[in-house]
Amino acid sequence: MQIGRCLMSVRKTKHEMPEQTPKERIKNFKEVPYGYSKEIAIEEAKRCLQCKNKPCMKGCPVEIDIPGFINCIAQGNFEKAAEVIKAKNNLPAISGRVCPYESQCEGECTLKKIGEPVGIGRLERFIADYERGIGKKPPKKPQSTGKNVAVVGSGPAGLTCAGDLARMGHAVTVFEALHDPGGVLMYGIPEFRLPKAIVKSEVEYVKSLGVEVNYDIVVGKTITVQELMEEYDAVFIGTGAGLPNWLNIPGENLDGVYSANEFLTRVNMMKAYRFPEYDTPVKMGKVVVTFGAGNVAMDCARTALRLGAEKSYILYRRTEAEMPARTEEIEHAKQEGVIFKLLIAPIQFIGDEKGILKEVEYLKMQLGEPDESGRRRPVPIPGSEEKLAVDTALVAIGQSPNPLIPRTMKDLKIGKHGNIITDEDGRTSVPGIFAGGDIASGAATVILAMGAGKKAARAIDAYLKNN
Amino acid sequence: MYPIVEKKVLSENVKLLKIKAPLVAKKALPGQFIILRIDEKGERIPLTIADSDPKKGTVSIIFLEVGKTTKQLGLLNVGDSLENFAGPLGMPSEVKKYGTVVCVGGGVGIAPLYPIVKALKEAGNRVISILGAKTADLLLLENEIHAFSDEFYIATDDGSKGHKGFVSDVIQQVIDKNKVDMVMAIGPIIMMKVVSTVTKKYNIKTLVSLNPIMVDGTGMCGGCRVSIDGKTKFACVDGPEFDGHKVDYDNLMLRNRRFLHAEGEACKLAGAS
Repeated sequence: MQIGRCLMSVRKTKHEMPEQTPKERIKNFKEVPYGYSKEIAIEEAKRCLQCKNKPCMKGCPVEIDIPGFINCIAQGNFEKAAEVIKAKNNLPAISGRVCPYESQCEGECTLKKIGEPVGIGRLERFIADYERGIGKKPPKKPQSTGKNVAVVGSGPAGLTCAGDLARMGHAVTVFEALHDPGGVLMYGIPEFRLPKAIVKSEVEYVKSLGVEVNYDIVVGKTITVQELMEEYDAVFIGTGAGLPNWLNIPGENLDGVYSANEFLTRVNMMKAYRFPEYDTPVKMGKVVVTFGAGNVAMDCARTALRLGAEKSYILYRRTEAEMPARTEEIEHAKQEGVIFKLLIAPIQFIGDEKGILKEVEYLKMQLGEPDESGRRRPVPIPGSEEKLAVDTALVAIGQSPNPLIPRTMKDLKIGKHGNIITDEDGRTSVPGIFAGGDIASGAATVILAMGAGKKAARAIDAYLKNN
Repeated sequence: MYPIVEKKVLSENVKLLKIKAPLVAKKALPGQFIILRIDEKGERIPLTIADSDPKKGTVSIIFLEVGKTTKQLGLLNVGDSLENFAGPLGMPSEVKKYGTVVCVGGGVGIAPLYPIVKALKEAGNRVISILGAKTADLLLLENEIHAFSDEFYIATDDGSKGHKGFVSDVIQQVIDKNKVDMVMAIGPIIMMKVVSTVTKKYNIKTLVSLNPIMVDGTGMCGGCRVSIDGKTKFACVDGPEFDGHKVDYDNLMLRNRRFLHAEGEACKLAGAS
C-alpha cells in the first residue's frame, strides 16, 4: 500500500537528456547527449521509490548500491553519490554511457508498473561526469599484500579486474597489445557514443589506484603467459572477442568490404575521421550497407553517416523485434536517417572489373519456427533475389574470442567457439590463471565484461591468500 | 618510446634503422614482423624483421620509402625515437633441414629474406640464393646473403649485374640443374606469383611472405585478410608466410591498392607542409 500511494504521485516518464539534434550531430563526431543538469538529476533521482528490496540491484553485474547513490543525488550530495558508485565500479563514466540499462537495472525498476523506470544510467553518467568535472579525489592506498598480478588486456574486463585488485592491496601490471588503453572502449565504440577523453580519464583513475599499464606488449608473442606466471603470482586474461566473423559469401574480399572491426578501428582508435591530420585513412563511398543489427552494427551505420555517406543501410535477416542492439542505439540510428532493410540475407558481393565493390545481392527472408535462441528462424523466400548498388559494405555480425593466447597456451582448456573455459568466478583449467569478459563468454557487453573482471578479482584475491 | 640506435642508407630510398626494443629482440624469429607507429598521429605499419640482436636488445628494419609513413621514417635519425614498436608478430618461418633450398628475394623483400637464409643454412640446408632488383645499385644485403649461400645468383632488370632479366628465369635454370626441396620467395607480389607458377610445375614446396595492409596486427581487424586455397586467412596471425601455390595473388594486389588515393593525398600534404 505504501508503494501504491507513492506510485500515484510519481512522474511517469524519465526526464529527457538534452542531446544534439539528428541533423546537427550527423555532421560531427561529438557525443550525442549532453547529460543531465544538476537540477534535472535531482528531479529524476526524486522519482526513485527507494524500494526496500532494491530490485534494480539484481540487474547490475557490478553490484552498485543503486538506491543508495540515487538517494544521495536526491539530497544534492553528488560527491557522496560518487563514492557510493565508486565503491563498486571503477568506470562509471563508461558504464553510464554504454550499459544496456533497459535489460538490467532499469528493467527491474518498480516504476515500470506505472510508466518508465528511473533513469539510472543517466544518473550514473551524471555523477561520473560531475566528479570528473571537479577533479577526482586520490583514493586511499591500501596496505600492500606483497603479491603481484599480471592483467592481460586493458579493456573493460581487464581494467575492472586491475582496479579491484589494486584496491585489495595487490601490485597490478596491465599488458596491452595496442598503443592505447581501453580495448573495445577505444577501438570499437565511436567517439559520439563514448568520447575517448573519457575513456582515458577513467584509465587514469585506475592508474591512480596504483595500476601500471604497459603498451605494445602482445601477450602470446612479445611475452607468453607462462613467462608471466614466472614473474607474477596470478594472471588474469581479458583479451576480448577481437576476431571478426564473416558472412562467408563470394566477394567478401573485394575492395570496399570491411569488417566492422577494421572500419571502426580506423575511425575510432586511429582517428581516420580526422585524416589527413591523422595518417590513417578510411575509404568510404556514398552508399554504405552494414550487415547485422547489434550495437556494433548501429555504430558502423551511424559512423558512415558522419563520414559523409548519403545513404546508410542496415541489412538484417530478422525483424526489429530480434535486433540485439540497445533500444537507444536503434532509436538514434533511425533519427539520424539510417535505413533499415529487414528480413534480408546477403548471398554475394559483386565487384566491377577492377575488383571494387559495386553491388550486393541478397535474398528476402520470412520468419519460420523458433531456433535454439528462442528467436524465430529466418528462412529464405525462394526466387526473391534482389541487388542493391553499394560502394562500401561493413560486416558487423559478431566477433569471436581472440585466438592469440589460446593458440600459444596448450594446457588452457578452450571451448568450441575458441573461448577460454572458466568457472563462474573466472578460474581457468590452470591454477593461478583466470580469465573473464568476451575471451571467456564470447562476444557480450561492456558491463558483463566488467562484472566478470570484478568476480575474477575476488577469486584471484582468495587464491592469493591461500597460495 | 623506442630509440633509433643506428641508421644506414642502403640505396636512394631504401633505409635501415636499428631500433632499441629489447622485448621484441629477445623473441624475434626469422619470418616475423613488427608493427610500428612513428608518433601520436601516425598510422600503424607492419615491417618484416631484417635482423635482431637479443644481447644488445635491438631489431633492424629495412624499408622502401613508398608512402607517407615510410618517407617520414626515412627522415628520422639516430637519437630520434618511435612512439610504438610491437612484436614480434606472425608465425615464424618453419626452419628445418629440407635438403636443398632456394631462397629468392626481390627488391626490398631481400631484407626479410636475410634472417631466413641464415637460419636455413644453420639448420644444415644447402642454400641457393637468388636476388633480384631493378638495377645493381638497388641490390640489398648482397654480401651478407652471399656469405650464407652455397650458390649465389643475381638478376637485374637492366643487366647492370648478373643475369639480365627476372629471378624467375634464374630459378628455372636452378631447378633444371638441381633437385630442389623447398623454395622461399619474398619480394613484389608479381615476383612471388611468377616464382610460384614456375615451382608449381615441379610440385616444389614454395613459401611466400605476404605484406597486406594491416592495422592492429593481432588478428582483430581482418584488413590483412588473404585468400589461401579459397579460404580467408589473416596474414598477421596465420601468416605472413603461406603456401605460394595456394595464394590468390590478384586479390592481394587489389587489396593492397585500397588506399592509394589517400596515400597520395597524405604525401602531397606532408610535402607541402
